[in-house]
Amino acid sequence: MPAVSKGDGMRGLAVFISDIRNCKSKEAEVKRINKELANIRSKFKGDKALDGYSKKKYVCKLLFIFLLGHDIDFGHMEAVNLLSSNKYTEKQIGYLFISVLVNSNSELIRLINNAIKNDLASRNPTFMNLALHCIANVGSREMAEAFASDIPRILVAGDTMDSVKQSAALCLLRLNRTSPDLVPMGEWTARVVHLLNDQHLGVVTAATSLITTLAQKSPDDFKTSVSLAVARLSRIVTSASIDLQDYTYYFVAAPWLSVKLLRLLQCYPPPEDASLRSRLTECLETILNKAQEPPKSKKVQHSNAKNAVLFEAIALIIHHDSEPNLLVRACNQLGQFLQHRETNLRYLALESMCTLASSEFSHEAVKTHIETVISALKTERDVSVRQRAVDLLYAMCDRSNSKQIVAEMLSYLETADYSIREEIVLKVAILAEKYAVDYTWYVDTILNLIRIAGDYVSEEVWYRVIQIVINRDDVQGYAAKTVFEALQAPACHENLVKVGGYILGEFGNLIAGDPRSSPLVQFNLLHSKFHLCSVPTRALLLSAYIKFINLFPEVKGTIQDVLRSDSQLRNADVELQQRAVEYLRLSCIASTDILATVLEEMPPFPERESSILAKLKKKKGSSKLPDMDDSRKNVNGNTEHAEDAEVASKVPSHTFTDNLNVNSAPSSGASLLVDVFSDFSSAAPTESSDEHFPRFVCKNNGVIYENQLLQIGLKSEYRQNLGRMYVFYGNKTSTQFQSFSTSVSSNDVLCSQLNVQEKPVDPLIEAGAQVQQILNIECVSDFSDTPVLNIQFRYGGTLQNIAVKLPVMLNKFFQPTEMMSQDFFQRWKQLGAPQQEVQKIFKAKNQMDTDVTKAKVNSEALGQCEHLGPSVTDLSYSINMQSDFSFMILLLLWCFYESSQLTSLCSVAFTPPALRFRCSSVGRCGS
Amino acid sequence: MLNIFMLLFSRQGKLRLQKWYVPLSDKERKKISRDLVQTILARKPKMCSFLEWRDLKIVYKRYASLYFCCAVEDQDNELITLEIIHRYVELLDKYFGSVCELDIIFNFEKAYFILDEFLLGGEAQETSKKNVLKAIEQADLLQEEAEAPRSVLEEIGLT
Repeated sequence: MPAVSKGDGMRGLAVFISDIRNCKSKEAEVKRINKELANIRSKFKGDKALDGYSKKKYVCKLLFIFLLGHDIDFGHMEAVNLLSSNKYTEKQIGYLFISVLVNSNSELIRLINNAIKNDLASRNPTFMNLALHCIANVGSREMAEAFASDIPRILVAGDTMDSVKQSAALCLLRLNRTSPDLVPMGEWTARVVHLLNDQHLGVVTAATSLITTLAQKSPDDFKTSVSLAVARLSRIVTSASIDLQDYTYYFVAAPWLSVKLLRLLQCYPPPEDASLRSRLTECLETILNKAQEPPKSKKVQHSNAKNAVLFEAIALIIHHDSEPNLLVRACNQLGQFLQHRETNLRYLALESMCTLASSEFSHEAVKTHIETVISALKTERDVSVRQRAVDLLYAMCDRSNSKQIVAEMLSYLETADYSIREEIVLKVAILAEKYAVDYTWYVDTILNLIRIAGDYVSEEVWYRVIQIVINRDDVQGYAAKTVFEALQAPACHENLVKVGGYILGEFGNLIAGDPRSSPLVQFNLLHSKFHLCSVPTRALLLSAYIKFINLFPEVKGTIQDVLRSDSQLRNADVELQQRAVEYLRLSCIASTDILATVLEEMPPFPERESSILAKLKKKKGSSKLPDMDDSRKNVNGNTEHAEDAEVASKVPSHTFTDNLNVNSAPSSGASLLVDVFSDFSSAAPTESSDEHFPRFVCKNNGVIYENQLLQIGLKSEYRQNLGRMYVFYGNKTSTQFQSFSTSVSSNDVLCSQLNVQEKPVDPLIEAGAQVQQILNIECVSDFSDTPVLNIQFRYGGTLQNIAVKLPVMLNKFFQPTEMMSQDFFQRWKQLGAPQQEVQKIFKAKNQMDTDVTKAKVNSEALGQCEHLGPSVTDLSYSINMQSDFSFMILLLLWCFYESSQLTSLCSVAFTPPALRFRCSSVGRCGS
Repeated sequence: MLNIFMLLFSRQGKLRLQKWYVPLSDKERKKISRDLVQTILARKPKMCSFLEWRDLKIVYKRYASLYFCCAVEDQDNELITLEIIHRYVELLDKYFGSVCELDIIFNFEKAYFILDEFLLGGEAQETSKKNVLKAIEQADLLQEEAEAPRSVLEEIGLT
């Protein structure tokens, strides 16, 4: 047992600790502890009142036992008793016990709070400090309720001792963190700011922490702290190192305070006042200059403290992002650190450069260090440093260096630590897509990824490559050839089999001309992998086979044999069995035409944000990622899927598509590959969306646009040539939208045809709130374009732009006119000119029911319709519509049956030829 | 500049001091310290003093047989945290006179008191070595005055 150098020395405690240390086994230790617990329990329960010393000693023993990791369920009351002792050490142990073992027992909390209250009121600074430390350590809600209003008073009172002020400031900080609602802002806030001017640097240090936290929550209330902080910082950085006495740490003047002041300044934009701004710039330059000076000490503490201030200054420079000169200097300084012999500095330089890379002023300067960073990736012995190097390469990547960076990351991947492989895979996949000029490079890169780190290639990554290949026909042939070659490796990763199966199933025909990759060779190659694969992959392969039957009739027999084999038709897995049975039947009974329709090439996927990016963001938090907005532009999405959707709905339940565990084709919303896109929606430069637009052809109310942030609803009413539209903007986030503004734009032609007048809209939308805007619309003459509503607002610092097509169509202004059938046909005949009539014949999608169709046509405000009675056809309608500007549209809808198929003929006669297109679309909605 | 927690542990992985600046249940604390101690002990000597661990930034340094380890928030300054650790070690060293692990085991309560004078609520309260030691010595002085002489039997723990 060592000699206790100072203090009281509770020998009983020391003996007990020695005993525990001498225990040879865990059991012996537990036994000794149980013995001690029994002893203490009996002492506490005994008749003889314990003196303060014994109480203190036993409470201290209990604390020791607790800190060893054992549970303590008694002794709290004795500890609380110690709080009211007038002996300092007893009080101190009591407070320590309470701080370590808080108990939410309400009776106890009341007693504790009582003791704290007494000590706070004692005017004895050591007691007050103990009480404040206890509040800061526990920080519970009950304590906040009891003391949150007293502590500011103590903090700013003129006669409070410095050490008490320090404790009070940090105590308040803790309560503000745990129960901000209970800490009242008041006149004390202004006085707290002035603590930055305090004589005592310890008080300034503690106060700066408090002010920083408060300023983060309500910057406006603490604006005045900026000038005080700059002044204070300036005095520190220009002081001679001895000026600050004990606050100088290894020849560095007040490093902790400097770091805190620089952190406080990061709560604000650069000062607007020119002199203040130049003073701050001077400070930052001085700090950068000092980094170049020879060290005043060889001790690592000196360089650490100096560089701590330097890194915080660089963080402020990056935060301001407004002084190109400083940014470039910062970057050069960090560049020096990249080759420093201290691992810590290399780590921090890589980390800090990541944020510099996203500033437009320093991006180029960061790029000059690419070789150093690549060598760090290869030579650093510490995985956490290599991880930083990967992050930095990712951040500095742009079109000019993407090939080099992707290649380096791929080669690093071969030896990378398992813990970071998945992240590297995601990063490579994103960079390869983002900077692909040549998509063959993209395909090669992803296949390399699968080859090198197949296990770490998540679904998102291989879904994405398929999406891109399907959407870009220039790369399909190359992709087919490449996967075919890759599959020839004796051992290839299952993910490659999946990609290969999908791509050959779709585009195998593009390489079938070459006898080395003839249909049969392709099929045999895929099928040679079949037995090694998991059930989902086998399911995918079965679908590829049925696609082959369509692409290559010559292998039909071979494939049917495979499907017919017992291992397929009687497979234990229901999914595989069902696919085999259904595909076999399909291949036997369906005609070539039907097969071709059912197994048609997949339609392109709608353009969305890369799901990989969303995954990486989720993994890392978006803060460290540079903007990747344009990645979404790389897939040429095409939204015309209507026909494909129909096809898909007719196919037996397991189409090729649901290999990816979805049920229908891309157009219908919840569909293949589409659901691998999470709802993540980025702050793209301008988002525009038409997806809800078609619904409004016949409807006036509903949601026209929705993304992660904003929902836009519409309610509209039309009378004659006038319309009024109520637009509702709903903020879906928990942050307010600022500078919200809207404008309606129409092209030159539309401007003269349609007047849209917008009422003003509130520039602020609170979190979760909805605001309304009214648009008045007047139809001047017939029109065919649509006006666009442009919305702009600031969300969390970034400007959002959204463009939404407003569903104002000519049919909204239609007015029904009733007329008898004779009149109708008379007028019809008068409109005889060829450009006055348009006719469209189409197959009805649904059963035509007279009443339903009639109701539909009526409800869509297309006009009053009149049943003309049976004529040569089974059914016919006349609809008369008269717009306000005096011309007439006559619509005739005929329905007739043709060999059990229902066909409609829609004829429209009209006066102004400009209506041609609009009318044909009207015809479609009626059917 | 928020310390989320601070741990002192030996090369054998025994916790010698733990200070938590955020509310966590006993179970969570045990799990975090167990996992983190293992992670750090597995690292090689020349490795960097900083690591990203779960969503925390860990700053640690080894002094003789003891590891000092702080968890801080993401934007916090690693180097200054490293010097927080060093200043605390200096304080212990000055107070105990060439501190060793045993001093901290046998006088754990002192180690806590010194820490409270130096860091409060996870923030540096007083960075001057003199001022912190002055506060602790004043408290010791108060203690000696208050202390009554005790019987030898009681002192050796037979009570």
